[in-house]
Amino acid sequence: MTVAVNPSQTGEPVFYLADEHPHPEGWSTSLGFWIYLMSDCLIFAILFATFGVLGGNYAAGPAPKDLFDLNLVAVNTSMLLLSSITYGFAMLTMQQNKVAQTQVWLAITGLFGLAFIGIELTEFAHMIHEGATPQRSAFLSAFFTLVGTHGLHVSCGLIWLVTLMVQVGKFGLIEANRRRLMCLSMFWHFLDVVWIGVFTFVYLLGVLR
Amino acid sequence: MSPDLLKLIFGRLGFESLPLHEPIVVGTFAVVALGGAALLGGLTYFRLWGYLWREWFTTVDHKRIGIMYMILGIVMLLRGFADALMMRGQQMLAFGGSEGYLNAHHYDQVFTAHGVIMIFFVAMPLVTGLMNYVVPLQIGARDVSFPFLNNFSFWMTVGGAVLVMASLFIGEFARTGWLAYPPLSNIGYSPDVGVDYYIWALQVAGVGTTLSGINLICTIVKLRCPGMTMMKMPVFTWTSLCTNVLIVASFPVLTVVLALLSLDRYVGTNFFTNDFGGSPMMYVNLIWIWGHPEVYILVLPAFGIFSEVTSTFSGKRLFGYTSMVYATVVITILSYLVWLHHFFTMGSGASVNSFFGITTMIISIPTGAKMFNWLFTMYRGRIRYELPMMWTIAFMLTFVIGGMTGVLLAVPPADFVLHNSLFLIAHFHNVIIGGVVFGAFAGISYWFPKAFGFKLDPFWGKMSFWFWVTGFYLAFMPLYVLGLMGVTRRLRVFDDPSLQIWFVIAAIGAFLVLLGILSMLMQFAVSFLRREQLKDVTGDPWDARTLEWATSSPPPDYNFAFTPVVHDNDAWWDMKRRGYQRPLTGFKPIHMPSSTGTGIILAGLATAMGFGLIWYIWWLAALSFAGLLVVGIGHTFNYHRDFDIPAEDVIRTEDARTKLLAGAK
Repeated sequence: MTVAVNPSQTGEPVFYLADEHPHPEGWSTSLGFWIYLMSDCLIFAILFATFGVLGGNYAAGPAPKDLFDLNLVAVNTSMLLLSSITYGFAMLTMQQNKVAQTQVWLAITGLFGLAFIGIELTEFAHMIHEGATPQRSAFLSAFFTLVGTHGLHVSCGLIWLVTLMVQVGKFGLIEANRRRLMCLSMFWHFLDVVWIGVFTFVYLLGVLR
Repeated sequence: MSPDLLKLIFGRLGFESLPLHEPIVVGTFAVVALGGAALLGGLTYFRLWGYLWREWFTTVDHKRIGIMYMILGIVMLLRGFADALMMRGQQMLAFGGSEGYLNAHHYDQVFTAHGVIMIFFVAMPLVTGLMNYVVPLQIGARDVSFPFLNNFSFWMTVGGAVLVMASLFIGEFARTGWLAYPPLSNIGYSPDVGVDYYIWALQVAGVGTTLSGINLICTIVKLRCPGMTMMKMPVFTWTSLCTNVLIVASFPVLTVVLALLSLDRYVGTNFFTNDFGGSPMMYVNLIWIWGHPEVYILVLPAFGIFSEVTSTFSGKRLFGYTSMVYATVVITILSYLVWLHHFFTMGSGASVNSFFGITTMIISIPTGAKMFNWLFTMYRGRIRYELPMMWTIAFMLTFVIGGMTGVLLAVPPADFVLHNSLFLIAHFHNVIIGGVVFGAFAGISYWFPKAFGFKLDPFWGKMSFWFWVTGFYLAFMPLYVLGLMGVTRRLRVFDDPSLQIWFVIAAIGAFLVLLGILSMLMQFAVSFLRREQLKDVTGDPWDARTLEWATSSPPPDYNFAFTPVVHDNDAWWDMKRRGYQRPLTGFKPIHMPSSTGTGIILAGLATAMGFGLIWYIWWLAALSFAGLLVVGIGHTFNYHRDFDIPAEDVIRTEDARTKLLAGAK
């Protein structure tokens, strides 16, 4: 929009825009989504803080050393990191307006995400099987909640991803869909960043402790 | 039917869940049921359902949503105040061996519900409603950034309120106090549905509040009209911006802490338990990290209202605009650094307590700066003591007293004596009623003519004012005295007969406040009946200064036929002074968002899910959750969410206003 704050040619002050254009669709969306992500970040911040306070309270139960299989976690981490890279490829192809290739990259991203969730669930099942349930100690309550909340976010991301694949298939890479893919991209990378925190703070430092 | 099947269908809900043994609740239910039936019958008889659905429930117009928030706040005020009257009555009577008329089970629910309702479902809707209505108009915008989200946020708030109200008649509410500290609120000590009602009511409403915060931040950042730089925004818009930043940066904390409490209660985790490594003090810390910013969420917009009112009714530019903005921002930041003063007695040690005591005292500096700015705005002004200004004066006197008792409580050694006493109760009512409630009333009487095109009746307004103000002082000054004598909060019966007189005075005060509330309802009714005499066609009944007064009252759907251009802090004052001529021709079609029913449907499903979770009706919870997903995703397949108001409609609306203005001269 042109900002007509200066006096007009006649010298009279301008008090309204005689000729204006509405804000383009989605004018506030990236900012709004960014602020939403920051509020979500706060949710993780509190869960990290909770883990920080309660993470050492094993209540005579199993400790990180007894539970964490770092090799498995490394594989899991690489799944998520790879999914972020492939999402980046999806965005690149989107900018070249290639519908089919975007869909393929999205699908690959989804598969990596699914693998991540699958490995995480296997890990959880294994721990619960060994008696390390969320009820066993405050450490395990905080662990399952923090990691589980991240997993829940990834799962929501997967549902969103599938929805967007359908919408891109149906309506093409129209402006609205590009905007949505952009939002999901921010969401997906955000979850990646959070996972780096989880990997370092929960798993690596946990095993060191 | 077999008990197993019944349990599958109804969870833990049964006939014994209905509080038939509580005559007071049964009586209330009868009144509410009759009143509700009359209301629903009336709506059906006058065929208003279609109108309500089309024009109000599904609207995305920020003005209508704002008005609905205000109605919600006022309705819930009646419920919250009924609880207050019951407490005052109980404490007045329960002396000399008398048990009063409320048993402990009921009384504990009453004080919990009172706090929860007054903060979440009275103060929050009133503040959000005013921001929703006024902010887009003040910044020269056509609507908020995300109009659909706005509708959804409102209905989520209503959903939370519905759950709290349902707890009155189906089951019971929490008996834990308004912040539901564990271990009392954990499943071991509160195995019934009360705390679950508390959790899910706040979670459902909290989603709405957070989203509405994001929405208003974006609106203020992205939709200001040309020329309105940050330092040219009206002060109410500034305080709204800071409040919404606080909302977005604090409500997620509440969401998490309640989610962790739910996990403890539903799954058996050990976050806030006494054993297996849990820590109840974690809960207290976390909830106050949300809770302290929350009080500034409420009071900052009130400060904004007082700034607008003082400047308008003194006929002067606001004194110290820049310092006002900085004071607001400083308060916003400091509000995160004081939470521990709510539990100095926890035993954090002298250094920690000193830190939080000092930060708390520092907050009084920017607040004091604001007070002086208002005083200097009035100094040598041509002050008109209309109703909004009267509320502002009452605020300034009352809030200073509340602020000073607050600084007193900020001294940790003093707090060890006064912690959880009635002195504390008197203090926070002093600042919340004196600040937030008086602010909301000042805002209502100030912007009412903008929203409806006629002023509020001044006689009943003044009745309400004097009843409220005298009632407030009579009700709460005795509590300061009692608190200094060592009476703690939430007591149901008393032994010492010498205390009774103070409770009698407080009850008289509460009765006066009741008269104040009734006068206010009377004021609305009388004003509606006298709307022709009280009519304002100019759109600017107070000779005001900011942009919302530049358009008609009530404003058209599109707010401004042409987007305004701003050159001054007091944009409308500047326009009036420099001979602004309202454009009469050249109207174009205006692009606007369309109404949608998705918001109310989603909120209804979320409320049903909450109800299912509260009563362990798992199929209902699962079904509503699936419904949420389906409807939510389905909504994203709707790509056509806007329409154009045709130029002819704009011309017709604007011509009608031209005729009105010509008639007024």
